[in-house]
Amino acid sequence: MAEKILAKDKLGGFLEGLTSSYEVFAPQESEGKARWARLEDPSGALWEFSNTHLSPKDFFFPQSECMMRFKNLQDGEEGMVMHSEPGLDNKRLLLNIRPCDAKAFQVLDLIFVQDEMTDDFYWRDKREQTTLVGLGCSDPCPTCFCTSMNCGPHSTTGLDVLLVDLGDKLLVKALTEKGEALAQGLEDASPDDLAAAEAQRKSSEEQIESTVGMDQVLSRDMMELYDAGHWSRVQESCLNCGTCTYCCPTCHCFDIQDETQGEDGRRVRNWDSCMSWLFTMHGTGHNPRGTKLDRVRQRFMHKFKYIPAKRGGEIGCVGCGRCVQLCPVNIDVRRVVNDMNA
Amino acid sequence: MRNTYIPYPVRIKQTRVETEDKMLKSFLLEFLNDSDAEAFAYTPGQFAELSVSGYGEIPIGIASSPTEGNDLLFTVNKVGSVTNKLHTMSEGDIMGVRGPLGNSYPLKDMEGKNVVIVAGGFAVTTLRSTMNWLLHPDHRDKYGDITFIYGARTPGMLLYTEEWTEWQNSGQANVNVTIDREAQGWDGLVGFVPTVTEQVAPKPDNAVALICGPPVMIRFTQPVFDKLGWQPEQIVMSLENRMKCGIGICGRCNVGPEYVCKDGPVFTKAQLDKLPKEY
Repeated sequence: MAEKILAKDKLGGFLEGLTSSYEVFAPQESEGKARWARLEDPSGALWEFSNTHLSPKDFFFPQSECMMRFKNLQDGEEGMVMHSEPGLDNKRLLLNIRPCDAKAFQVLDLIFVQDEMTDDFYWRDKREQTTLVGLGCSDPCPTCFCTSMNCGPHSTTGLDVLLVDLGDKLLVKALTEKGEALAQGLEDASPDDLAAAEAQRKSSEEQIESTVGMDQVLSRDMMELYDAGHWSRVQESCLNCGTCTYCCPTCHCFDIQDETQGEDGRRVRNWDSCMSWLFTMHGTGHNPRGTKLDRVRQRFMHKFKYIPAKRGGEIGCVGCGRCVQLCPVNIDVRRVVNDMNA
Repeated sequence: MRNTYIPYPVRIKQTRVETEDKMLKSFLLEFLNDSDAEAFAYTPGQFAELSVSGYGEIPIGIASSPTEGNDLLFTVNKVGSVTNKLHTMSEGDIMGVRGPLGNSYPLKDMEGKNVVIVAGGFAVTTLRSTMNWLLHPDHRDKYGDITFIYGARTPGMLLYTEEWTEWQNSGQANVNVTIDREAQGWDGLVGFVPTVTEQVAPKPDNAVALICGPPVMIRFTQPVFDKLGWQPEQIVMSLENRMKCGIGICGRCNVGPEYVCKDGPVFTKAQLDKLPKEY
């Protein structure tokens, strides 16, 4: 489908239209940061921002999520039997998601939905019910390195629509059937519009100055990377605080816990972190990743070696740079990967 | 689409305290729905998540064999909150089973070969399943000599005594059961599993070894097989790690890129030699 154009003066009406068919969420300013929130007033959507403080992964993988419920009655007819929570009862739309965050969902799709048995109902349901409308980056951060991670400021992977802000209008590039439904009725883009969008893509890519090498990481023997000397240096400063794992758009580890209150019981899953010693500890007390070094190494090896090895070369990182910004001891993933690649 | 996180409801049909320290208890579980029993098609070596509503889930190897019918047998060590609760539950109580999970022992590849099975302590569970499967009249002829080596600290810590006695008496397998130290009333083998293995293991020619036991037993048994000339491809081991989802997502049981819950728990020594020792 050809690229379309949406004039900014018609944007209000367009967004009003969306909110009648979807529950629309968009980055909005709150406490000085861009954060995801329900779009009640179309004028509240941000169009100029670097990226949201946290990744939008909790739209599909909530920090805490009820998976199933049961009646906490051993004697009752239906007692103790688990029943699944229903799926979403409405369609959602995420407006102005950054391409790196959308790319992260495509990587996570490969992990949450693998085959008949590994088919995560909760993840898949929300993915199917949600439309992703991306906004190309025109002003990347110094911490961005998406172009080194199979991604880019105008990457379309994982998106249904890519918008490019051309000042007084938006270029609308529908990428899927879901996306085409949104772009219907808009006028076609002119060659000048396409050239302007292409120029913005090039300029954004050029602005990304950090580069991370992956060629050696991908080709090198796994145990050679595992036994490399630099891990002892990285782990020295790491606090195992887990901030990187919570802000990361591709980190997806979780715990499952049961909760009861009187006759009601439920099984919930919560975000977990490979930085925690309890994460891997056996009932016997034995711990396969008992040291901080083991845990730090696991996080980087998982993203840059294990996931590519298992998922056809896909990298478990999209270069959004949040962990670089938020790490309290300034561990920089770019430096770690460059050390792995050296 | 089926939600694979939802356990099948089962009823505890029978329980039995297995060992003198009362830490190991077996549970025979029957499915509440016949269709669930049918959907739960498993092979020896696989495991399941036992679900106790309100307490959580634990991954436990399946001790029964599909040749024994629809009921599932699990032998559970009392270590954490789920297993402590489970040990207080009685016949008739409702719980859940999710699975079958993981891969299984390479029963097809083992056809036509001599098989040696080495078990230590309560790791014998999935090997009980395997023995029952191998010795079943439909399967026995497909395999060569079967050597079963099983060790525990004391006679009172041995599991499934009636069964291995029956295997011994049937003449269908060479059964070697050993305890760590001399004990009154015990006239069987005495000594650690690696020592017994060295004495009774067959030649490596056209043979496969299945090993499951505590890390210390595995550590000392491996060199024995090396010494006897076995190749890493012939040695098959079952691992266990802490697990939650059981289907290769939640991120904690991995050994390098391999998830013990999904890619395992059964690996050859040749595979494990190339992976970090995170188990």
